[in-house]
Amino acid sequence: MLLKGYGPLILTGALQTIALALLSLVVSILLGVIGAFAKRSGQPLLRYPATLYTTLIRGVPDLVLMLLLFYSFQIGLNHLTDTLEINAIDLNPFITGVLTLGFIYGAYFTETFRGALLSVSRGQLEAGFAYGMSGLQIFRRILFAQIMRFALPGIANNWQVLVKATALVSIIGLYDLVKAAQEAGRATLEPFGFMALAALIYLLLTTLSNFALSWLERRYTFDKPQPQRARL
Amino acid sequence: MIDIIHQYWQAYLFWDGSAPSGLIITLWLLVASLAIGFVLALPLSIARASGNRFVSRSVWLFTYVFRGTPLYVQLLLIYTGFYTLDFVRSHASLESFFRSGMNCALFAFALNTCAYTTEIFAGAIRTVERGEIEAARAYGMSVFTRYRRIILPAALRRALPAYSNEVILMLHATTLAFTATVPDLLKVARDINAQTYQPLPAFGLAALIYLSVSFLLIWLFRKAEHRWLAFLRPRQNES
Repeated sequence: MLLKGYGPLILTGALQTIALALLSLVVSILLGVIGAFAKRSGQPLLRYPATLYTTLIRGVPDLVLMLLLFYSFQIGLNHLTDTLEINAIDLNPFITGVLTLGFIYGAYFTETFRGALLSVSRGQLEAGFAYGMSGLQIFRRILFAQIMRFALPGIANNWQVLVKATALVSIIGLYDLVKAAQEAGRATLEPFGFMALAALIYLLLTTLSNFALSWLERRYTFDKPQPQRARL
Repeated sequence: MIDIIHQYWQAYLFWDGSAPSGLIITLWLLVASLAIGFVLALPLSIARASGNRFVSRSVWLFTYVFRGTPLYVQLLLIYTGFYTLDFVRSHASLESFFRSGMNCALFAFALNTCAYTTEIFAGAIRTVERGEIEAARAYGMSVFTRYRRIILPAALRRALPAYSNEVILMLHATTLAFTATVPDLLKVARDINAQTYQPLPAFGLAALIYLSVSFLLIWLFRKAEHRWLAFLRPRQNES
């Protein structure tokens, strides 16, 4: 038996990692869209917090933020349950991981979407308003496909970094792929083999993501270079 | 918060009572791994940008593996895994090398930054103007001289913005060193959190120190770009 019976454990860990990455992606894209529109808005009350948000997150390491948020939430929650005199609630590391990673990568997605928004020419938005389209219609008919086209390289890049950052959540206790591999290695006294297996699974995830993302990029490229036709 | 600063400021910055700790260890990790990675990346990036498919693909395999797997996994592989290999066990020098957490951390960080830096430099080498390389050839420069005087100066300058990004990311990555029992800034913060049960000041102070170092690095790189990328600035006096 190659995996010495630890196959299912590793598989569960891998699925946790994938679930964590996908959910964090959703949260961070949501935060990114909000942040991008906030940064572009005329109101300084929206712009300054958004700028503070992106500057802070890009200047402080992910792990420091993760530990800060995890321990602060836990202690804050403990205070809350103490004052309300109910049983202590233990924070689920999965939810904490999703919220923390989503919060951190929301800042990176804010920058990506902000760049994409800037690339859509103003005239198109004005034409949409002139036609009497509502904001939602403008977004659906004009903005969405163009934002996808400009933001896709950034989204692809952030996704790759996010998948690798999910490995950090094992430090706050989530039973993901890395932790499963560590446990298996420790129990079977073969840490190298299991950690190498974990690395291979991450590599597989990266490769599959590359294929999916390049398919998406081809789908949203509207200016395919035309082959040179010979003059007859 | 004030009493934490008062009590622990030395541990955060340089000394925890028995050994160097904190910011100074973090900076040492950053500088040492960047230096090793940079030196190794120069020949590797030349190979990666070469026309020879076999050479380019071999380096690509290295960068693909090291950029496609998390740094944490690489560190664990080296710190907990290498030590158990028979090959390492049988050589005394290797065994003592991989026993130290600092060595393992430096090894992992250096390889990782080397992979990313190789890709950055290879991309930059490919953007060097064809005409300049042809002129260098026409002058009869040897391969070594071509690279030394024309290609590498141009490529390294263009790589500066991307490399500055890599340096900041490497600073963030050094926070992983505590898992290999290296007493860096984050480990000090964790220990203080465990002692005082005040995560916000403990980690908040560490976050502030990292933020300051990031700003310092960004400022340094802006100065470097001002000097070395001066030729890319828009022309001011059209006479």
